[in-house]
Amino acid sequence: MQVKIQIARYHPAQGRFLQVYEVDPDKTLLENLIAIKEGVDPTLTFPLGCRSGVCGSCGVRVNGRERLACTTKVADGDLIEPLTSLEPIRDLVVRPAVESLDRAKAWMLKPQEAAVDEEAIRQIEVQTGCILCQSCYSSCPVFQEDPDFLGPFALSRAYRYLVDRREGEKREHIEAVVDHGIWSCTLCGNCTQVCPMGIDPKGDILLLQSWATRFGYSNPNLGGFGSFGLEF
Amino acid sequence: MDSDLLIVGSGVAGLTAAIRARELGCKVLVVSKEYPTQAQTTMAQGGINAALDGDIEGHVADTLKAGGGLADPVMVERICSKGPELIAWLDRIGMPFSRIQDRIAQRSLGGASSPRACYAQDYTGLKLLQTLYDRARSVGVHFLPNHYLLNLIVEEGRVLGGTLLDLERGAVRQQLAKATILATGGFARIYGNASTNRYGVVGEGLGAALRAGARVSDLEFVQFHPTALAGSAILISEAARGAGGWLVNGEGERFVDELATRDQVARAIYQQLEEGQRVYLDIRHLGEDFIDTHLPQERRLALLHAGIDPVHELLPIRPAPHYTMGGIDVARDWTTSLEGLFAIGECANPKFHGANRLGGNSLLEGLVTGWEVAYEAAQCQEASPAIEYKQTVKDRAFLQKLFDIPATIDRFQRRSFLERVLYHNAGLVREEQALKGVLATIRQHQQELSLMGLRDRSWHYNTDLLHFLEYGNMLEVAEAAVVAMEQRKESRGAHYRQDYPETRKEFQGHLLLWKEEGVLHTQFRQREW
Ligand SMILES: Cc1cc2nc3c(=O)[nH]c(=O)nc-3n(C[C@H](O)[C@H](O)[C@H](O)COP(=O)(O)OP(=O)(O)OC[C@H]3O[C@@H](n4cnc5c(N)ncnc54)[C@H](O)[C@@H]3O)c2cc1C
Ligand code: SF4
Ligand code: SF4
Ligand code: FES
Repeated sequence: MQVKIQIARYHPAQGRFLQVYEVDPDKTLLENLIAIKEGVDPTLTFPLGCRSGVCGSCGVRVNGRERLACTTKVADGDLIEPLTSLEPIRDLVVRPAVESLDRAKAWMLKPQEAAVDEEAIRQIEVQTGCILCQSCYSSCPVFQEDPDFLGPFALSRAYRYLVDRREGEKREHIEAVVDHGIWSCTLCGNCTQVCPMGIDPKGDILLLQSWATRFGYSNPNLGGFGSFGLEF
Repeated sequence: MDSDLLIVGSGVAGLTAAIRARELGCKVLVVSKEYPTQAQTTMAQGGINAALDGDIEGHVADTLKAGGGLADPVMVERICSKGPELIAWLDRIGMPFSRIQDRIAQRSLGGASSPRACYAQDYTGLKLLQTLYDRARSVGVHFLPNHYLLNLIVEEGRVLGGTLLDLERGAVRQQLAKATILATGGFARIYGNASTNRYGVVGEGLGAALRAGARVSDLEFVQFHPTALAGSAILISEAARGAGGWLVNGEGERFVDELATRDQVARAIYQQLEEGQRVYLDIRHLGEDFIDTHLPQERRLALLHAGIDPVHELLPIRPAPHYTMGGIDVARDWTTSLEGLFAIGECANPKFHGANRLGGNSLLEGLVTGWEVAYEAAQCQEASPAIEYKQTVKDRAFLQKLFDIPATIDRFQRRSFLERVLYHNAGLVREEQALKGVLATIRQHQQELSLMGLRDRSWHYNTDLLHFLEYGNMLEVAEAAVVAMEQRKESRGAHYRQDYPETRKEFQGHLLLWKEEGVLHTQFRQREW
């Protein structure tokens, strides 16, 4: 049995438009997109890769919610759109905002010798599963107001290096995430809800905030109310 | 963009080379046809081998044994002995290897005499690639994603860089460098949906090298992984058998040592399937807790793609094309047959795997070859004049012309036809007549390519164009591989000829292939040791 879905298309010369396609609900969305391209409409453009949810290529929105096309099945009437807040390239293809990782210095700054045990790995096990699928980025409301916001995946990754026992430099990590970073997050939790790898960027941002406080930073949104100007 | 070193490919091999070369002071550009962390490396699950217990000889012996006489003891020794040091390096830059207390945990994969595969749950490749990517950005490697290597620029036998198609603009540009490293991965996806590989893994680096006149070798050795999901060919990692999983047939009987080498296990399964049996992977006895801790991805993939929960049910499996041992021929001093060109990772053949690869050895090969070749490439100091080269002019004209050729033959249909032909006739079990038939099909498709033009006429991010280029390459690479399969009239490692089931002494060597004026040449070379 075939069902109908709508795909939000985009081409710089044609602008945006919606198109209806018939698809097979027993297949994944990605398999259906491929079937459309190979059999019906060779102009349909979408990202594809591992087909097993580990390469992060195929993030899209299904009925407004971020999903991986390769791990999602389709239902009648589904609306398939590209991720938002990212520069559109063509149809469902967008440009990943990976440069935010540079601004957040989301890497090991100063490796040091350290004993790493099971517990130490468990602390970063979930975050290190990030596939940069951009789902969280697309779901985050902050970009409407602040396009320079570092965004959930970059912050989560910064946190993962900050708490890594092998990391010998902590302060620089904090310094990198305060501007357009941890304090701009509204803690709405969208990112955590949509992450296909079970990562909790919102939780990690909260933890970064408390680290930042420990290093003497305070939330600028609280208008200096935080400490009444006293030293604790 | 000006750069000393052009690296094509962002998998484990490309990124390791990029980091090392950057740390040695080179300006490094990594080009990839998708975004860097989307490379196939991300799919590796089971682990990366290294003799952390110091038993390098054991690792060497296992690798040589699996290699069926074609793994070079010198290269095997060199790569295996570098393993522990580079695992320590990965650990230092943040690789989240799973632990047992405060040691890096290791598991057994097939053909290994002791547990040697370091892993990060069953997300080893994913976490490895993300860690390398973070490191590469921290040291200032430059990236050029969404760019497709068309051809190498060769002048007087020396490689000066490559021509790239900017997929977003549909424009051809030339990228010069003092040295060029191909890290473009294997070609097991030429078998299409039957393969475990990512979409698009059809050996374009190999194709470009062939067109440039480089020598390639051992292409007949294509490894089939014993356990892919019967329907979708999604890989179920060897880690499942390493942890004690069983292979059983429809009668519930075990029929093979689950941890024998991949070629043996795959053919045993193939036998069962030929006899009309179904074959299943059984991990139920490992228990839910164990599966969720150590094999979470296997459970998720089985549920999604087969609708089966391996905690409670048998998982139907079949062997699937998985890894290509051969590639661009690499000598013991890490050079290829072309000056200024290097090759690393799965697209290269430094004769580490020989006729059959051990699970966990290819990530290691990518890591070590990337690391070592960086030193060689960093020594290339000769810059080429920044003029427009013939190849660039030619490729620009070719692309223009592509938009004019008709699309009267359905390329997708042709491709899926060829994929099936390859799977059934140039797959796990081979034979003269069938291979000749495959070659005839490939050559017919090559001729018809000029009628398989573009149906998407846009210059802007045209994936129909990308598929055309991939298909043209696939034909070129498949042709070379099938010629090699036909010429090796014996059985060895992953290459099994029904009509020549014995291993023959006179074939103890490598089949080299190269192109002159577009024509494929072959030469057999006895092994050097
Ligand atoms: C499902 C699966 C599981 C595996 N599990 C394991 C395991 O547990 N252990 C193990 O050791 N090995 C494993 N392997 C094998 C291993 O993953 C690969 O051999 C290895 O990752 C190859 O790495 P690479 O760096 O050579 O290339 P890849 O990771 O394949 O990267 C190739 C790169 O080249 C680029 N590229 C290709 N062509 C072009 C072009 N024309 N223009 C521009 N860029 C181009 C791509 O964009 C990509 O960046 C597995 C493989 C698969 C498929
Ligand atoms: S919790 Fe913060 S980072 Fe996550 S989506 Fe909401 S605002 Fe964005
Ligand atoms: S944190 Fe999750 S949703 Fe965000 S990019 Fe990483 S994997 Fe995707
Ligand atoms: S195709 Fe790789 S995550 Fe979907």
